[in-house]
Amino acid sequence: MDCYTANWNPLGEEAFYRKFELYTMEWSLKEDLRDCLVAAAPYGGPIALLKNNARKEKSPGIRPLLEIYSASGLLLASIPWKSGQLVQLGWTASEDLLCIQEDGTVLVYNLFCEFKRHFSMGNEVLQNHVLEAKVFHTEYGTGVAILTGAHRFSLTTNIDDLKLRRMPEVPGLQKPPSCWAVLSQDRVTIILLAVGQDLYLLDNTSCSVVTPPGMSPSAGAYLQMAVSFNYRCLALFTDTGYVWMGLATLKEKLCEFNSSIRSPPKQMVWCMRPRSRQRAVVVAWDRQLMVVGNSTECIQFVLDEDSYLVPELDGVRILSRTSHEFLHEIPEASQEIFKIASMAPGALLLEAQKEYEKESQKADEYLREIKDQKLLPEAVSQCIEAAGYEHEPDTQKSLLRAASFGKCFIDKFPAESFVRMCQDLRVLNAIRDYQIGIPLTFTQYKRLTIEVLLDRLVLRRLYPLAIRICEYLRLSEIQGVSRILAHWACYKVQQKDKSDEEVAHAINQKLGDTPGISYSEIAARAYDCGRTELAIKLLEYEPRSGEQVPLLLKMKRSKLALSKAIESGDTDLVYTVVLHLKNELNRGTFFMTLQNQPVALSLYRQFCKHQERETLKDLYNQDDNHQELGNFHVHSSYSEKRIEGRVGALQNALDEYYKAKNEFAAKATEDQIKLLRLQRHLQEDFDKPYLDLSLHDTVSNLILDGHHKRAEQLYREFKIPDKRYWWLKINALANRGDWEEMEKFSKSKKSPIGYLPFVEISVKHHNRYEAKKYAPRVTPEQRVKAFVLVGDLDQAADAAIEHKNETEMNFVLSKCTASTDTAVAEKLNRARAQLLKK
Amino acid sequence: MAFAGRRDVPEPPDFGILKRLARDQLIYLLEQLPGKKDLFIEADLMSPLDRIANVSILKQHEVDKLYKVESRPAISASDQFCFLVRPRIKTMRYIADIVNADKMSGRSRKYKIIFSPQKFYACEMVLEEEGVFGDVTCDEWSFYLLPLDEDIISMELPEFFRDYFLEGDHRWINSVARALQLLNSLYGPFGKAYGIGRCAKMSYEVWRDLEEESEADGQGRKPEIGNIFLMDRDTDYVTALCSQVVYEGLVDDTFRIKCGSVDFGPDVTSSDKSIKVLLNAQDKVFSQIRNEHFSSVFGFLSQKSRNLQAQYDRRRGMDIKQMKNFVSQELKGLKQEHRLLSLHIGACESIMKKKTKQDFQEMIKAEHSLLEGFDIRESTSFIEEHIDRQVSPIESLRLMCLLSITENGLIPKDYRSLKTQYLQSYGPEHLLTFHNLKRIGLLTEQSAGETLTAVESKVSKLVTDRAAGKITDAFNSLARKSNFRAISKKLGLIPRVDGEYDLKMPRDMAYVFSGAYVPLSCKIIEQVLERRGWLGLEEVVRLLNGNEFSVSDSAVEDNPTWESQRVILAVFLGGCTFSEIAALRFLGKERGCKFIFLTTAITNSARMMEAMIEAKA
Repeated sequence: MDCYTANWNPLGEEAFYRKFELYTMEWSLKEDLRDCLVAAAPYGGPIALLKNNARKEKSPGIRPLLEIYSASGLLLASIPWKSGQLVQLGWTASEDLLCIQEDGTVLVYNLFCEFKRHFSMGNEVLQNHVLEAKVFHTEYGTGVAILTGAHRFSLTTNIDDLKLRRMPEVPGLQKPPSCWAVLSQDRVTIILLAVGQDLYLLDNTSCSVVTPPGMSPSAGAYLQMAVSFNYRCLALFTDTGYVWMGLATLKEKLCEFNSSIRSPPKQMVWCMRPRSRQRAVVVAWDRQLMVVGNSTECIQFVLDEDSYLVPELDGVRILSRTSHEFLHEIPEASQEIFKIASMAPGALLLEAQKEYEKESQKADEYLREIKDQKLLPEAVSQCIEAAGYEHEPDTQKSLLRAASFGKCFIDKFPAESFVRMCQDLRVLNAIRDYQIGIPLTFTQYKRLTIEVLLDRLVLRRLYPLAIRICEYLRLSEIQGVSRILAHWACYKVQQKDKSDEEVAHAINQKLGDTPGISYSEIAARAYDCGRTELAIKLLEYEPRSGEQVPLLLKMKRSKLALSKAIESGDTDLVYTVVLHLKNELNRGTFFMTLQNQPVALSLYRQFCKHQERETLKDLYNQDDNHQELGNFHVHSSYSEKRIEGRVGALQNALDEYYKAKNEFAAKATEDQIKLLRLQRHLQEDFDKPYLDLSLHDTVSNLILDGHHKRAEQLYREFKIPDKRYWWLKINALANRGDWEEMEKFSKSKKSPIGYLPFVEISVKHHNRYEAKKYAPRVTPEQRVKAFVLVGDLDQAADAAIEHKNETEMNFVLSKCTASTDTAVAEKLNRARAQLLKK
Repeated sequence: MAFAGRRDVPEPPDFGILKRLARDQLIYLLEQLPGKKDLFIEADLMSPLDRIANVSILKQHEVDKLYKVESRPAISASDQFCFLVRPRIKTMRYIADIVNADKMSGRSRKYKIIFSPQKFYACEMVLEEEGVFGDVTCDEWSFYLLPLDEDIISMELPEFFRDYFLEGDHRWINSVARALQLLNSLYGPFGKAYGIGRCAKMSYEVWRDLEEESEADGQGRKPEIGNIFLMDRDTDYVTALCSQVVYEGLVDDTFRIKCGSVDFGPDVTSSDKSIKVLLNAQDKVFSQIRNEHFSSVFGFLSQKSRNLQAQYDRRRGMDIKQMKNFVSQELKGLKQEHRLLSLHIGACESIMKKKTKQDFQEMIKAEHSLLEGFDIRESTSFIEEHIDRQVSPIESLRLMCLLSITENGLIPKDYRSLKTQYLQSYGPEHLLTFHNLKRIGLLTEQSAGETLTAVESKVSKLVTDRAAGKITDAFNSLARKSNFRAISKKLGLIPRVDGEYDLKMPRDMAYVFSGAYVPLSCKIIEQVLERRGWLGLEEVVRLLNGNEFSVSDSAVEDNPTWESQRVILAVFLGGCTFSEIAALRFLGKERGCKFIFLTTAITNSARMMEAMIEAKA
């Protein structure tokens, strides 16, 4: 550990920078980087390389080759470039590769060189060609800025929501600017460009000349500019070798440096970390790398080979043919601990732990020193924090061991931060492995979040690792494992070399009933890949039939969709399918489909009943359902105002009922037509409302009004049963108070209902006198009741005695009152006694 | 009831929370439309709404004027209309008309439709077709359950009966499933589920699916309801068609209990105005007579009034202090009791006037012979005379149906002649009513349909249960055989009469029908609970057309010491009658368990018949 600080380079009083190797590159590149178009995605992302792009290449046999590597140089994919001349490569925030062609077309590939889509940067660009292009990232997403051959700028801030913006003209611009950059300030994207000694700021509407504060007039013409990762800082390099560093708002100068190198640098990027006060810029020439900051000194590195700088959130990655290095400022925690002769609590704790391992009593001394200052919690936190910044697992371990050691001497140190750090480092070390090749730093990882990291692993099809991480971090299934399995399945369905059965089986076996898995989503993907049969097979595993329906409809498997909808028991879903079918199929087929699905049919019928009655008729017609058609016509007869219309509708019903062989209904309808016609006549003849009365009421009303002949006529015409007619007539006559007619009627022939009703009805109308007339004619069995009704208890008693019926006698007795009917009661009691004797 | 029953009958869970939930959600929905608004309420939502939130609560949440849906809206100056409706197509058109009229006259307003208990896609479709979909916002008021009493919960969906059993419309099944889900989440998990009927089975399955999807964790919770029994109304039409003779049933038959309360007219109140009375366990008088056979109610009431008088009389010998005590503490209660007593006596008198006539006695006699299956000819003539004399269209229809269903259909001659008589008496439009009755299987012709039922059962064997359900729907139009006689014999529904049946000291559930008949639905529940399943009832199940199930949730601990094991939720799909409720309350007392009733609506014979009548236009 003595030489731990060996690669630390001081810059000024406080800051140290170090450069260390992430990977030895595996890509065994033959070409020089300078001959290739290079683009490396931030956050340890993949590297895209376009070889043989030089258009002056005379050998026609050699096509450009597009290759994509992991950060450790493992080839992910490659394709020969067959499209147009490429100007620039760049990566989107979701790790898609943007290939910007000379004609302004942007082709989007995923990181396996699979074409996704393309878009154009507009006509103006097409005509004037792309001179230069830059891909940038803001809060809006990934943007593209283009400098055209006409020296005009066009840009879009979000390629997923393409809105092209053409920037205003720079007055008097005859040649391309020497350098330019995209700035993002207060959510507005603007362009800063330099022409000779002038700086111009281009916003949406105007172009203005700006001067950086504190820029010496003799600084010369601008050659290069750099914007920091967070768009806060700006660096300018002039042809006198002068570097101006300040805020991107151009309101304040931070520092300056004179490199006295007059040749234009190849690349210039900012190197700083979030929340650090140190700011430095890395400038690269062919063989030289310089870190400059707020100091008159600078740090210089020699570059052995062609290198390419990738700005990161907290440092700079340096790519070359053989190695991949990371240059960053040493974080404060690490400085405190590792700085030579540091007495910081963390440093002492680390020392104490080392001594403890050596079983030396010095451990106690160190520990005591920290404890005396009451800085032990701080020491532990420092060690934990510093562990995060270390790339070497060994260093991480020793720091964590120290933290763990120190923890033992604190009463209540919350374990949370320590555990989290162990977990995070475990994850980071796993993904930094060269096989995976994602060299994320701790700071980047925290900014990126675990969810995005998982997405990136999924994107690289590293499903097992992603699942392991989820399991290790105990992420909820729905957020973690299930989601990844679903992605895996979506990828699986694209494997064309396997049969539908195999794929479906494999997917089901792995996924099973994992919660949160949506088989319908996987099926949708399969369908998108043109594997309809596979999609249907996958849908079979979907437990929620409701989820199956929309996709089945999309795949035009409407009938299957219908049965699934019915199975779900969700009638809304059935309606959805029915409506879909209605539009998709012609009427005949539509109805036929429904006929086979009674549930759907009933639902549709219910709908039609209230909303489209005519369709209902068609529905029945289609099915030759004459019974329902008959009912339909009867129903519509009610809404007919005119009597002719009503008869017409009923006539239709009649025909249908005959066809349905429903004689009863036919007869009833026929009768109704007859009745309606008759009622109309009656209405005209007597000027009284008869329409809509039942037959019974019609006849009854006729009698009430004294039209006995007409009543008789209806009685015969409609074959009203005798019993009913008699009931009806005596009721009506009694209501009318026509007792004479009633008596006449009673004598017309033998009553089919007997004569008790005559008695009852008379009594009901309080006419005892009339009632008495009929009582003797009542059959012997009912006579007692009749006499009681008319109040002739004496006769009732006689009848009962005559019948020798005890119940009847008791019944009469119960009606006797002591004061008036003593004679009758006596008579009855005697008879009863006699009866009992026997 | 003189019979005391077991002492350990568990208390029912508190269903008040259902009301609070509904109220809170409604208030939330009203608040979603800030500012003053006019509220249009669907007519049959008014009474249920009244039980949840009164006018002053609505006013508090800036409801300005209240209108009834259907009546033409008064000219309203309000900028915001809110509609509280059932998801019906007719209502959608009503709303669309209002919106379109406003558009024509260039008025702009905000419209919000609140569907209760849920929105149906068909409604949105109509709004879209009428061109107003973009003008309204839609919301759902998940008011599935209205607790009518401490043991009765109603979904207040009377249309369920017609929609499902007649039209084969499955829309409401989802609502039932959601209602079960709600109950399960509040009072479950239900350990055992039994059921019979296709609708019961579908509801159960949809509910299980919902539970699986929601993944709500009810594990380890101590359930308040241990068992659930689902039953389709078409399992037992007979009971619902009988005249009711327990007090609550009679009050319902005579005065129509609406949403747990009844309007007693002038003939009951013996004054010139009607009084609305809430009938539930809170009513001290009513709660003691509701389950009694009518014949013993009068005696009870007179005893009660004597007691009351005695309590009033006590004050004679009181000194000042005692009197003060009496006035401040007891008098109010006594007066209240007095008021209720006089109301119920009035109701009894009114019922007596209507029911103790010769006609009613004869009708009950005829009904009993139908149930027992003798003197069919005589009963048929009775029905014929009933029709000829135009006694009552609904009653006539009910008797015809009762005859048909107990006899497994009418003989063809009677089928024709009774129908003809009926049409002549009550009007030809009932032709469609008869068609409906045939379709639902309430009024059929003998022997027809038999061959097809055989096909049906054969098909059912070939395919899975779910699919079979769909296929059998194809045969919906065919009468289902009721097999009442055979079932009655198997289950012993007609008690053997040895001597007089003592209605004051009932010995079985038959007392709710004067000792002549044990309600089939209740008997099935009794049998299944006793056997803890359908074992041994195979023949009955076959006669009932199958679709039985019995599931125990293995995840729910079976802890016999829990009282909830003796709480049973009886779910009636298509409605249940007060007679059935009384019978099961009796059974509960006898067996030491508590029945909770969940029904799509309270029904009786008249409501069922009315549901079958085809409304004009």
